Amino acid sequence: MQLRVRALETILTEKGYVDPKALDLIIEAYETKIGPRNGARVVAKAWTDPEFKRRLLADGSAAIATLGHVSRVGDHLVAVENTPQVHNMVVCTLCSCYPWEMLGLPPVWYKAAPYRSRAVKDPRGVLADFGVRLPADTEIRVWDSTAETRFLVLPMRPAGTDGWSEDRLADLVTRDSMIGTGLAKLPQGQIP
Amino acid sequence: MNGVHDMGGMDGFGKVEPEPDEPVFHAGWEGRVMAMNRAMGATGAWNIDMSRFSREVLPPSVYLASSYYRKWFLGLEQMLIERGLIDADEVASGHALRSGKPLERGKFTVADVQRILTRGSFSRPAQGPARFKPGDRVRAKNIHPATHTRLPRYVRGHVGVVDRVHGCHVFPDSAATGQGDDPQWLYTVRFEGRELWGPDADPTVKISIDAFEPYLDPA
Repeated sequence: MQLRVRALETILTEKGYVDPKALDLIIEAYETKIGPRNGARVVAKAWTDPEFKRRLLADGSAAIATLGHVSRVGDHLVAVENTPQVHNMVVCTLCSCYPWEMLGLPPVWYKAAPYRSRAVKDPRGVLADFGVRLPADTEIRVWDSTAETRFLVLPMRPAGTDGWSEDRLADLVTRDSMIGTGLAKLPQGQIP
Repeated sequence: MNGVHDMGGMDGFGKVEPEPDEPVFHAGWEGRVMAMNRAMGATGAWNIDMSRFSREVLPPSVYLASSYYRKWFLGLEQMLIERGLIDADEVASGHALRSGKPLERGKFTVADVQRILTRGSFSRPAQGPARFKPGDRVRAKNIHPATHTRLPRYVRGHVGVVDRVHGCHVFPDSAATGQGDDPQWLYTVRFEGRELWGPDADPTVKISIDAFEPYLDPA
């Protein structure tokens, strides 16, 4: 693949369609700047600021736009809240739709057939693959991202974190907890 | 199209296998493919729905056997050739043999990078009132277009409830075939697991899709 891809880039460059330096910058942004830390900051803010949480759940894009330290977010981000009664989980069965600005590029498993096929039919089985076991009566709500809406799960705040700063809380927010295939870490950093 | 990309509910693909400390890219070329796709999309050579369709039409055996970024590469190469932006003999030689064609928004340069790091808006002004409101029962139409659609097979013919109304958005079925935005109302429609997967399904599971109004009938 390396040779075929290099050949195509050479052609696009020679034709004057793209500047390879611009491609470098796109790659650099996703390797170093745009990742799950963005989403984790949003979650930590929602855990500590009830008014922000209310706005986040009402209009995700608008609420996140007010956070200067998080990268801008495009249209139609929908934040969905986990509670003791409802656990949310996000999938894109048709391709790989994912909130890039909040979580970075999706992991391979998110884009691969096992997750895309089973998340809507056997979400508890999928959660078990991640080592997550929920009470039998918890409602599992699966959001299939079939349009240009993007979903961010607001995981439950772990017990024992009263008075923690946003920065410290953000360290507990894993990528998977914002997809809904994981839970936030416990105060000592262990995976529940 | 009823392609293998429409995977919701299929069996046999095995366990989900998360990779600990997964890198953003597994090889240098993956990043180049991602960036070339984003860059060429930003020149106006095609829209996101055309780009998705280019991967959906890969032969099923190729689709299933290819890594994610290999699919992106194959779709990209095909779209470039179909639009006459590159030619097969250039791909074979690894160099441009003719000069480039004009692009709608011109060459993708360093100055364009920041713009594409934020998602564009797919919202459009409403062309008319919404047909449905939250709480309405709707049936996903039993339709099987051979072209691009975002109505997954596993909900077709099934009854759900409108959960949210998202305003009017670009209609992918139209945009993918070059027929313009044709904005349509967009709804989150929630289905009971048992409605989709039968009486033996887990009663605690609910699944939603985001459905454009033309996908839905009142129920």
